Amino acid sequence: MKIKGTLVVDKDRCKGCGLCEVACPSDVIGLSKEVNKKGYRFAYMVNEDNCIGCASCGLVCPDGCITVYKVKLS
Amino acid sequence: MANNEIVKPENLVYKKPTIMNDNPMHYCPGCGHGVVHKLVAEVIEEMGLQDKAIGIAPVGCAVFIYNYLDIDWQEAAHGRAPALATAVKRLNPNKLVFTYQGDGDLAAIGTAETIHACNRGENIAIIFINNGIYGMTGGQMAPTTLEGMKTATCPYGRDVKLNGYPLNITDLVVKLRGTCYVTRQSVHKAAAVRKAKAAIRKAFENSMNGKGTSFVEIVSTCSSGWKLSPVQANKWMEENMFPAYPIGDLKDIDTLV
Repeated sequence: MKIKGTLVVDKDRCKGCGLCEVACPSDVIGLSKEVNKKGYRFAYMVNEDNCIGCASCGLVCPDGCITVYKVKLS
Repeated sequence: MANNEIVKPENLVYKKPTIMNDNPMHYCPGCGHGVVHKLVAEVIEEMGLQDKAIGIAPVGCAVFIYNYLDIDWQEAAHGRAPALATAVKRLNPNKLVFTYQGDGDLAAIGTAETIHACNRGENIAIIFINNGIYGMTGGQMAPTTLEGMKTATCPYGRDVKLNGYPLNITDLVVKLRGTCYVTRQSVHKAAAVRKAKAAIRKAFENSMNGKGTSFVEIVSTCSSGWKLSPVQANKWMEENMFPAYPIGDLKDIDTLV
């Protein structure tokens, strides 16, 4: 059974600390080249297909910017 | 399957707890306070105690915690949070009363209040964020600053001959008979965050069950005060803070540790 996850990042709340990038076991998250309205580079999904919905990024995010979803694909 | 097909309420795995509101937090990027705020909110939400929880806010970076979590709060004078919590809990014994303090608040100016509240065995939970520095005022040396650690007021590193030894207040309160649960946790990795959440839950349950004082230390970072990036600060914490402040349960009267 394959698991597919995805994230929704509140990009204007994100402060670009990069802790989610380090916490991700599948190298899904990166920091954007452009900045949000606060002037921070924000987190986004670089490799959307690799996400397994483990929620490690959401757990370590200090600002609660990341919402995680996952489905089981049979 | 496209991503927008997965984003549905029934597939939700993780989201910011609803008790944490949408006010932008003033903390620096990567600050451990945000994670611990989320854990407190999640535990209160899971225990269904939003209407019964009264938090005591400290002086320090976390002074504005009352702007971020939608429960009742009292703001204490610097270091006096355990004394205020004592009063609130004695007047409202059926409420969940906890303090949320940093090391400059709890282990410096508030040492007496902390030790006496723990010694009296007040039925409160104390959440103690230890980053070894006075974060809000610009990274000065605190009692918890490590030996040799550089800060704004000891730029060549803490000299124990001049400044004394780092104060390990968590080890001190273990010896007091009033404490029922003393633990030290961190929030730098997903697994550690889960463990810290379980510790906070246990502390809150002890408070509601009248078992005595629960003391949860969270070893945390101050990337601005330490002059490191958030990722480097977590690494520095693992290498330097953890040997001085080892992670784990120190006392639990339920298991007689």
